[in-house]
Amino acid sequence: MYETHYHRASSVQDAVSRMEAAGEGKYVSGGMTLIPTMKQRLASPSDLIDLRHIAEMQGITVNGRSVRIGAATTHYDVASSAALKAVCPAICHLASHIGDPHVRHMGTIGGSIANNDPAADYPAAMLGLAATIVTNRREVAADDFFAGLFETALEDSEIITAVRFDAPAKAAYQKFANPASRYAMTGVFVAKGDDGAVRVAVTGAGANGVFRQAEMEAALAANWSPDALATISVDASDLLSDIHADAAYRANLVKVMAKRAVAAA
Amino acid sequence: MGVEGIGARVARKEDKRFLTGKGRYTDDMSVPGMKYAVFVRSPHAHAKIVKVDASAARGMPGVIGVLDGKQLLADGIGNLICGWMIHSKDGSPMKMGAWRPLAHETVRYVGDAVAIVVADSVAEARDAAEAVVVEYRELPVVIDATRALEAGQPQLHPEAPNNLIFDWQIGDEAATDTAIAAAAHVTEVTIHNNRLSPNPMEPRAALGIYDAGDDHYTCYTTSQNPHVARLVMSAFYNVAPENKLRVIAPDVGGGFGSKIYIYPEEIVCLWASKRTGVPVKWTSDRTEAFLTDAHGRDHVSKVKMAFDANNRIIGLKVDTVANLGAYMSLFSSAVPTYLYATLLSGQYAIPAIHANVRTVYTNTAPVDAYRGAGRPEATYLLERTMETAARELGVSPAELRRVNFIRSFPHQTPVIMNYDAGDYEASLEAAMKAADWNGFAARKAEAERRGMKRGIGMSCYIEACGIAPSAAVGSLGAGVGLWESAEVRVNAVGTIEVLTGSHSHGQGHETTFAQLVADRFGVPLDSVNIVHGDTDKVQMGMGTYGSRSGAVGMSAVVKALDKVEAKAKKIAAHLMEADESDIVIENGELKVAGTDKAVPWFQMALAAYTAHNLPAGMEPGLKEGAFYDPANFTFPAGCYICEVEVDPDTGRTKIVQFVAADDFGNIINPMIVEGQVHGGLAQGIGQALLEGVHYDASGQLLTASYMDYAMPRADDLPSFQVSTSNTPCPNNPLGIKGCGEAGAIGSPPALINAITDAIGNNALTMPATPQKVWAAAHAAK
Ligand SMILES: Cc1cc2nc3c(=O)[nH]c(=O)nc-3n(C[C@H](O)[C@H](O)[C@H](O)COP(=O)(O)OP(=O)(O)OC[C@H]3O[C@@H](n4cnc5c(N)ncnc54)[C@H](O)[C@@H]3O)c2cc1C
Repeated sequence: MYETHYHRASSVQDAVSRMEAAGEGKYVSGGMTLIPTMKQRLASPSDLIDLRHIAEMQGITVNGRSVRIGAATTHYDVASSAALKAVCPAICHLASHIGDPHVRHMGTIGGSIANNDPAADYPAAMLGLAATIVTNRREVAADDFFAGLFETALEDSEIITAVRFDAPAKAAYQKFANPASRYAMTGVFVAKGDDGAVRVAVTGAGANGVFRQAEMEAALAANWSPDALATISVDASDLLSDIHADAAYRANLVKVMAKRAVAAA
Repeated sequence: MGVEGIGARVARKEDKRFLTGKGRYTDDMSVPGMKYAVFVRSPHAHAKIVKVDASAARGMPGVIGVLDGKQLLADGIGNLICGWMIHSKDGSPMKMGAWRPLAHETVRYVGDAVAIVVADSVAEARDAAEAVVVEYRELPVVIDATRALEAGQPQLHPEAPNNLIFDWQIGDEAATDTAIAAAAHVTEVTIHNNRLSPNPMEPRAALGIYDAGDDHYTCYTTSQNPHVARLVMSAFYNVAPENKLRVIAPDVGGGFGSKIYIYPEEIVCLWASKRTGVPVKWTSDRTEAFLTDAHGRDHVSKVKMAFDANNRIIGLKVDTVANLGAYMSLFSSAVPTYLYATLLSGQYAIPAIHANVRTVYTNTAPVDAYRGAGRPEATYLLERTMETAARELGVSPAELRRVNFIRSFPHQTPVIMNYDAGDYEASLEAAMKAADWNGFAARKAEAERRGMKRGIGMSCYIEACGIAPSAAVGSLGAGVGLWESAEVRVNAVGTIEVLTGSHSHGQGHETTFAQLVADRFGVPLDSVNIVHGDTDKVQMGMGTYGSRSGAVGMSAVVKALDKVEAKAKKIAAHLMEADESDIVIENGELKVAGTDKAVPWFQMALAAYTAHNLPAGMEPGLKEGAFYDPANFTFPAGCYICEVEVDPDTGRTKIVQFVAADDFGNIINPMIVEGQVHGGLAQGIGQALLEGVHYDASGQLLTASYMDYAMPRADDLPSFQVSTSNTPCPNNPLGIKGCGEAGAIGSPPALINAITDAIGNNALTMPATPQKVWAAAHAAK
């Protein structure tokens, strides 16, 4: 790791000021992605501005069907929130399968979304739940937020402060873990809104990161059952190939995981 | 016997230290003035070094020195060597290319060391290492061993045309060809044995300390055999003569073979300590471990197995290409030859065997012994072939094995080995019973109803342990003898130190070796200390690998204990005015048999040291040493059965049961033996299901972290059912065969046989990733 300067921000405004004063600053939340990257000397921020202690970025609020999760909330807190489980168990289940206990007690939802790893789990939930990403400057629909591999709509010094969504009528997430990293080799989040609208969001498989599967959404809107997906063949041409799984296999996993998610919802 | 003696499930004495974080590993060592080293490594798989410019690095904060390969050469430090001479079938010696500890002309794999930076802190050394400018001229790269042999491929070493190191054979080719020509059936398969990264929990490390006052060197290092390290560093690398070099391997956190060898880093740290005038410590990070720890396996073999009309094997022909990587590591030549092809008879009476092995240089990390070393390759090849043959012949896998089992001992195979004892049918029966083999059809039908494909597979392995009879291995090309030494020191108060040339890096010697003493003298286990891993304390030793510590190391202890016992009895007889032959040792006392006369053990020891009243002419003290050279290899064997369920939609394999029935000979501590089997099984299952080293075509290592290299985890493994049915080894005093590698040797074929049974497609290579299993299952439809 190269030398860096650590700051503990007390408020969102404080964090932004410190970032703007820094040479090549970076926000840090759980540090579960950023710190290993720094240790491998692949990132060398002059300053690290810690967001985890900012009160307004903490906690889960459930108001009827509307949910707000502070960006600095850990995966463990999401996984174990009774209030959240009552309205949207799918996201709790998803969070409970991220990494290992150490990672879940440190990593945050804001950090995961800001990082937008193509194999991360939360981006699929955000797209699948039609969530709104709340920043210190604006609100962005998940559909407009994820912009490719490790790319998002975030601008310089912009901070995710929370995510918001309305709990769906039904939802589930099924993940086929990479045997080595246990990130998603393919993960599918399915959700059916109170209005009957269906979303199918796929992570781990897309060559451009998380995406929605329109054909499946249409089929499930017409008939919410695993069988509705039986005749769909997933196009492998925009899917990832690597040493663990080629695109054809991932295409198969997208379908299998989608069917299982519908069955589990 | 007793609660702490041979056969007792004694909890491991060393675990208090390990489990409370009090272990002392090389990286824990700290000496005054110590500085830290970072190596500059090649980012290219093959390149000429045009220039190394360290001028900027030398001026950086905290930097003590930057040293390169030209300086190392100028100081007369020698090439790394391979210590086992193999001759090709044309009689020519193996063609060993030069391996410099720091490359100065050519780099041959990603990670090849080019320079060392010594600085006040690791961070400063790393900063400076990045500032060392190495100008390279890239050369073409070859990764695959079979391709490396073809004409027109990149050449790694001028000494080895076509990258061929040797073209070796064993067995009778004409007799084998005749058998194949006359066969009722010939099974032909191509077998791939995947390349593995060893992944001990503790990465390699070295601390070199040069003392200018005495012109003496001390090296703390992560070694499975510190005496061999000292010998080789003295005799071949010209680091220092043996009397001026002390090597200490303190607590070592796992080796699996990868810490047998002497690597560039420890040599360079010692040399750099003299050059810079400060003690120099280097600790590998995990990326360096993936890049530079010697890999294992990496064979491709063509196999023909010939059967007569009664399904008896009448001939076996094997043609193997083994990838040895960019350089010949210390025992790399022995692994695909005498540790591999000599086991190709397996548990079967095969009248004619011929194996041809070509070893090849490629632009990859060096390959050497890894848990099992050659024997897993032989077992996987044989047991996959047997399974394939059973399917082709339409007989049950158990029946085909039974028909071919060796049933009388000793048995001379056509490939050197002379098996001393065994009962293969017993292990097969035990395993089939434990696995409820006969109930499989019902379980398969039940799984089918859940949409799962269930399969069952077996593997009957044999291996050769207790390496090795020195004269025998000497005649086969070994550069060393493979005996072991021990010294038993009884202190004046009766406590006992056992010094052994074996080295414990997870095996539990501090417990099991002490059990031998507790058993012999009836003294408490706590009064016995095992001393190992320090060339200044233990006179000489060959270290631990090849499951040799029990069969060879403990046998040396037994010989030394015999001598101590004889002298102790003489002293006790003298003290009690009894006849020496009437003395028995029980519960910590030396008694006159049939009387109530006794001398406590400690009193006898005290008498040995006060020397006030010893038999006439007896030397004071009580300390005896012994060297033990085994008469033969030992031959652990067993039968493993694996049952799996494959999810046809995803290709995911779940192991639903794993049975291991082993014959390890006599057992000192069943709990430790079970632990060894569990660990071995986890490694074998890792190889079969998860692990595999991948390089891309340019020689970049794609599996350089745990994000991409899949290690087995607890939830990948079932709860193992292990049992032993033992035939004592007739060739060593304890009747021990060895248990350290069996799990890793026997398990891969059982698992792959089970998966291929489940999916109905025999074409599957390791690791059986979900992707591959899914594709194979679909191809079978
Ligand atoms: C061993 C291991 C296993 C893992 N397994 C999984 C897995 O199975 N599935 C999975 O999805 N993830 C996995 N992860 C990643 C984990 O979920 C991380 O916690 C997550 O990706 C990043 O969150 P963080 O809070 O640690 O962010 P950090 O590492 O602190 O930051 C990541 C990036 O986001 C930026 N950032 C952080 N917070 C904000 C914010 N509020 N606003 C704007 N930018 C911000 C940072 O500047 C940085 O660029 C794993 C990680 C590890 C180490």
